[in-house]
Amino acid sequence: MEKQEYTITVYTENHVGLLSRIAIIFSRRKINIESLNTSPSEVDGIHRFTIVIFETEVNVKKLVRQIEKQVEVLKAYYNTPDEIVWQELALYKVSTDEIAEKVKVERLLREYGARAVVIRKDYTVFETTGHREETDKLIEVLEPFGLIEFVRSARVAIIKASSGFHEKLREFEAIHPAADSLTIEL
Amino acid sequence: MEAILEQEKSVQVTVSGSVALLESLIAENVQTIFGYPGGAIMPIYDALYDYNEQLTHILVRHEQGAIHAAQGFARASGKTGVVFATSGPGATNLVTGLADAMIDSTPVVCITGQVFSHLLGTDAFQETDVINITAPVTKWNYQVTNPEEIPAVLAKAFYIASSGRPGPVLVDITKDAQLKTFEWQGYTKCAHIRSYRPKPHVRVEFIDAAAALINSAKKPFVIFGQGVILGKAEAEFKAFIEKGGFPAAWTIMGMSALPTDHPLGVGMLGMHGNYAPNVLTNECDVLIAVGMRFDDRVTGRLDRYAKQAKIIHLDIDPAEIDKMVATTVPVWGDCKETLPLLTERLQKQDHSDWLAKFHELALKEHEVVIEQELFPESGQLTMGEVIRTVNEITNGEAIIVTDVGQHQMVACRYAKYQQSKSNITSGGLGTMGFALPAAIGAKLGAPERQVIAVIGDGGVQMTIQELGTIMQSKVPVKILILNNQFLGMVRQWQQLFHDKRYSFVNIESPDFVQVAKGYYIDGQKVSERASLRAALETMLAHQDAYLLEVMVGKENNVFPMVPQGCGVAEIRLK
Ligand SMILES: Cc1ncc(C[n+]2csc(CCOP(=O)(O)OP(=O)(O)O)c2C)c(N)n1
Repeated sequence: MEKQEYTITVYTENHVGLLSRIAIIFSRRKINIESLNTSPSEVDGIHRFTIVIFETEVNVKKLVRQIEKQVEVLKAYYNTPDEIVWQELALYKVSTDEIAEKVKVERLLREYGARAVVIRKDYTVFETTGHREETDKLIEVLEPFGLIEFVRSARVAIIKASSGFHEKLREFEAIHPAADSLTIEL
Repeated sequence: MEAILEQEKSVQVTVSGSVALLESLIAENVQTIFGYPGGAIMPIYDALYDYNEQLTHILVRHEQGAIHAAQGFARASGKTGVVFATSGPGATNLVTGLADAMIDSTPVVCITGQVFSHLLGTDAFQETDVINITAPVTKWNYQVTNPEEIPAVLAKAFYIASSGRPGPVLVDITKDAQLKTFEWQGYTKCAHIRSYRPKPHVRVEFIDAAAALINSAKKPFVIFGQGVILGKAEAEFKAFIEKGGFPAAWTIMGMSALPTDHPLGVGMLGMHGNYAPNVLTNECDVLIAVGMRFDDRVTGRLDRYAKQAKIIHLDIDPAEIDKMVATTVPVWGDCKETLPLLTERLQKQDHSDWLAKFHELALKEHEVVIEQELFPESGQLTMGEVIRTVNEITNGEAIIVTDVGQHQMVACRYAKYQQSKSNITSGGLGTMGFALPAAIGAKLGAPERQVIAVIGDGGVQMTIQELGTIMQSKVPVKILILNNQFLGMVRQWQQLFHDKRYSFVNIESPDFVQVAKGYYIDGQKVSERASLRAALETMLAHQDAYLLEVMVGKENNVFPMVPQGCGVAEIRLK
């Protein structure tokens, strides 16, 4: 089976130590995490991890079950890129002098959907949001002008088919949870 | 203090974190704690001083001994074992036992002391990051810095350790949280955690599918593990195989869930298991796995494992389904619930021809291996005849706790059991040093039963200091050392697979009987066949603890064997 990119979405309690418990599920199996984001979710008090890995579907399924086995994990999902809407954000710091002299800032902004976040005398910080290929392209463009700093955020993703976690959580909270909240998908 | 709490549970009373901890343990019906004190847990030990009547504390000689004892206690009693240890080295000494309890699904709650919370992360004296060190080897762990959390955290700890697929839990309590007082609001047991689903919901459509598959089988074969014992489903399991007339083989961890002489019991699976169940795994048409996890020691080479069979897997842990072996029908859930649902749907069938195949191969194993192992007429004593003689004296009523190595495999191959929870061994981790402390715990967990620790001359020295615990706490366990003067199992591999290059397996031992005497434990040593039975009878009739060292053949091997990298059907009889 082919390896491919999977985005894993994990709904969890906000618990100190859970990040490392989730991280070691991957490191123990020598699986590299391409990107990891933790953030609040649509439900107050519930955290959401977004993890990107390159794996076979068989292995992703097993990993997801190992993640769900953690006591503080409510639910984990895995999706291929076509099943999600996702974005990453990148910041680029360049010398303002260089940029002003040699490039048409306007054009840059337009072409790559970039936006100037900070413009100072000594440097300018641009921001782009998009898929990896898009953010990568701007690096190439800016490199000749002396890219002082570059950073890209982890992926955040919305599952197209998801109707959110509010309803599921109510099921989990019931002392006698509904049958389907106890069911693990095949 | 405890008296006040007893009377006025509803009235608010101010307690320290330490007292809250002990009250929480009492509320969980804990009576026995295995532990070892130290600086960071001193407030708890100070509080314990006043709880002599409600709580029995067994002072071990090493924290590894404490956790193995707690494991033995849990495995023999079905209750949760409890451990106290101090911070730093006390806590790190627990790691082997935690890993062992994790892989063998044993419910244990460990309480570790931790440095004052303001010192966390400063490399303070005896500070270690216990939570992170133990994360991969605990089902759950938690650090308490606020004493008010203690009752709820303990309730959670006991609930998590014992529910679903059991496992070890560690609660690390900073010294300030042990000392600080708060208003005790009473103790409420935990029965639900919203993010935790101990039992997956049973799906009837899979029960139906599984039953249909089983009913259509010509050569059904049941393999079962510790899940049957942990699920307290021994009766349900027996009813299931008896109605279907299915041959059933156990993993080392499932052993004793079914009496060893049950007519449908066809022996042990795995590397040193019996010949028939290994060979016929690759001939059955439907393989029904109950509460077991397809460990590599059971399956051998996976791409040659039961390829011809349809696989039904009953397990409480969804992560086990399809982990090693792809299932045809997964039956998620507690086997105590799922087995009766399957039994209901079974058609009575006659599988006696198929069962006869097992008996045929068993006969072959008997002729080639078992006969001379159990009934040798000359030469040095064999491990097998020692175990056989034990069976004859105890009638299979004893709990046998084994260490790791050849003696473990021989004991598990030949021990007879009438009751469940009688075989206590380190199955998943293979921890040498397990047996002696685990036997202490087993005896305290099942005081009415005879407990025999079967240990090699190598492994006994890994935790021999626990003779001190046996002495001081007067635990009447029987210690049976099978001395082959080698690290036998490793020697066997070196003989078979490394051209007999015996690299550091030649181990010299002290005079074990004298060592025991030093701890005021009686004992003797035998090397003659003629004196074996009498020596075993003396040991088993002895009121107190007793150590019997039996000198056995130096270079005997355990067979059959599925060599590493081979399929189960390639099992060797010699
Ligand atoms: C803590 C630990 N260290 C090393 C091993 C590897 N090991 C497995 S069996 C064995 C030999 C055990 O020798 P002994 O206790 O004398 O028992 P025997 O095999 O001779 O019955 C060793 C070293 C282990 N299982 N556990």
